[in-house]
Amino acid sequence: MSVLFFAIVIWGLATLGAVRIANGPQQQMFWAKLAVPALLGVVIVVLWEGIVRGFGVSPVILPPPSAIAVTFVSSIPVLWGDFVQTFVKGALSGYVIGCGSAFVIAILIDRSPFLQDGLMPVGNFLAAMPIIGTAPILVMWFGFDWQSKSAVVVLMVFFPMLVNTVQGLAESSVMQRDLMKTYSASYWQTLLKLRLPAAMPFIFNGLKISTTLALIGAIVAEFFGSPIRGMGFRISTEVGALNLDMVWAEITVAALAGSAFYGCVAVIEKGVTFWHPSQRG
Amino acid sequence: MRKILAVLCVLAVIVVGWYGAAISLNAKWTHDQAKRAGTEVQFSELVADTLSQERPVLPAPHQVAVELWKTTIQKKVTSKRSLVFHGWITLSATLMGFLIGTTAGILLAVGIVHNRAMDMSVMPWAIASQTIPILAIAPMIIVVLNSIGVQGLLPKAFISAYLSFFPVVVGMVKGLRAPDMMQLDLMKTYSARSWDVFWKLRLPSSMPYFFASIKVAIAAALVGAIVAELPAGAIRGLGARMLTGSYYGQTIQIWSALFMAAFVAACLVGLVGMMQRWTLRKMGMTQ
Repeated sequence: MSVLFFAIVIWGLATLGAVRIANGPQQQMFWAKLAVPALLGVVIVVLWEGIVRGFGVSPVILPPPSAIAVTFVSSIPVLWGDFVQTFVKGALSGYVIGCGSAFVIAILIDRSPFLQDGLMPVGNFLAAMPIIGTAPILVMWFGFDWQSKSAVVVLMVFFPMLVNTVQGLAESSVMQRDLMKTYSASYWQTLLKLRLPAAMPFIFNGLKISTTLALIGAIVAEFFGSPIRGMGFRISTEVGALNLDMVWAEITVAALAGSAFYGCVAVIEKGVTFWHPSQRG
Repeated sequence: MRKILAVLCVLAVIVVGWYGAAISLNAKWTHDQAKRAGTEVQFSELVADTLSQERPVLPAPHQVAVELWKTTIQKKVTSKRSLVFHGWITLSATLMGFLIGTTAGILLAVGIVHNRAMDMSVMPWAIASQTIPILAIAPMIIVVLNSIGVQGLLPKAFISAYLSFFPVVVGMVKGLRAPDMMQLDLMKTYSARSWDVFWKLRLPSSMPYFFASIKVAIAAALVGAIVAELPAGAIRGLGARMLTGSYYGQTIQIWSALFMAAFVAACLVGLVGMMQRWTLRKMGMTQ
């Protein structure tokens, strides 16, 4: 019980600290912006450990963070193999193919108002659909290896990316387009120098949404059949064997990979759309 | 009028392409059968056969439509083979999760807007929480919750809630901060308490954001409920229909479950859209 007591004390102290930093004079400083969320993270981990130990929760239901960390370190080769199989082969390849083709198709249908009128409602409709449900079908078609996972990812990221890109291409104002016309700019010049840069915030919005979708698609598709490695495979078999600390280690990998992927895209976005109001200040 | 025509054109192309794909994908099976029987297939026979196989690689649209008709209209609603029954199981989990998630999201957003410490600490974690592929671990959560005795709707609703709370938090934080400085200052000159500012200014002006985000949230909640039904052992719900279909190679069953899910999603999003238009018009905020 003393562990739980200790955890609650830490919770109280951290809350006080966070409130003081947040309302104090240093609230705009860089370290404060990192410290406050970090404090919350520490509190969550400590409370988790405290509750699991204090109440004697069975590790079959919820393993303590310390046990997860031990498993994580001791099974890095396995985790790395799963990571390569699911993330690099499945998610990343599907992400590149899906976003790339959606981008190209968006530019193509942008030239034809008729196609735009026809495809956009259908695309919007499909973007809200539970596309993940096609996973069993695609696994049947493309086999158990990473190709089928990649196909699921392609379908999942395609419509959000398409909708966002088309919306972004419509973003430049009539005035700006008229200006390009007075310069007698060709279609391609207008596209490259005006409309694509103006579309970038929307395109990156689609790219960012797609990062999480890609990882989810690749992992869920593995539940419908996979070779004997991969994050989804590992999660479903280790749950069956009640090795929950291994499952949580795998979740940690997924969370790290997902955050890093999202972070990478966000950093690129910052570089590309530095002029946009949301990136200033 | 032209827009409807365009949409119909695109749909027609999709259906035609689907039939073409069905013929070419299912042709292998027909050819194999013919070779085994020692006969040649004419093209017309090929088409007829590929579009009426029992376990096609890709079922033709009319096969899916027949299956949908059989399992929705012709079966009793209480039957285990009725898609309405399975759809209702999924829908109830979706709605419950959506309600929990939306409520939690609104409360969190109110806290974030009114408390600096919460703003600084919760917001980064709310964003980070979405990079965790919760859908991927949904089956595990279901199994674990089952083992501690939480059964039935709640575990599924929990997954749905987790997925739907995030769009609501982000949208509501934006919405509750939508009133500009002038309006907030005006409230201050009335010496309004923050309670009144919230009910009379912040909440009304957040409505457009609210509806935009619950539209995303309800679609996400449905996906969550479907994936939550995937773990082996689940026998009810659209997700379970898909899983059993994939185990036994019943492609028609998978596709009909998929279409049912799409239909439910379209209804839910459409319903929210109608509520949005009605409310915003009553509030005089139509764009």
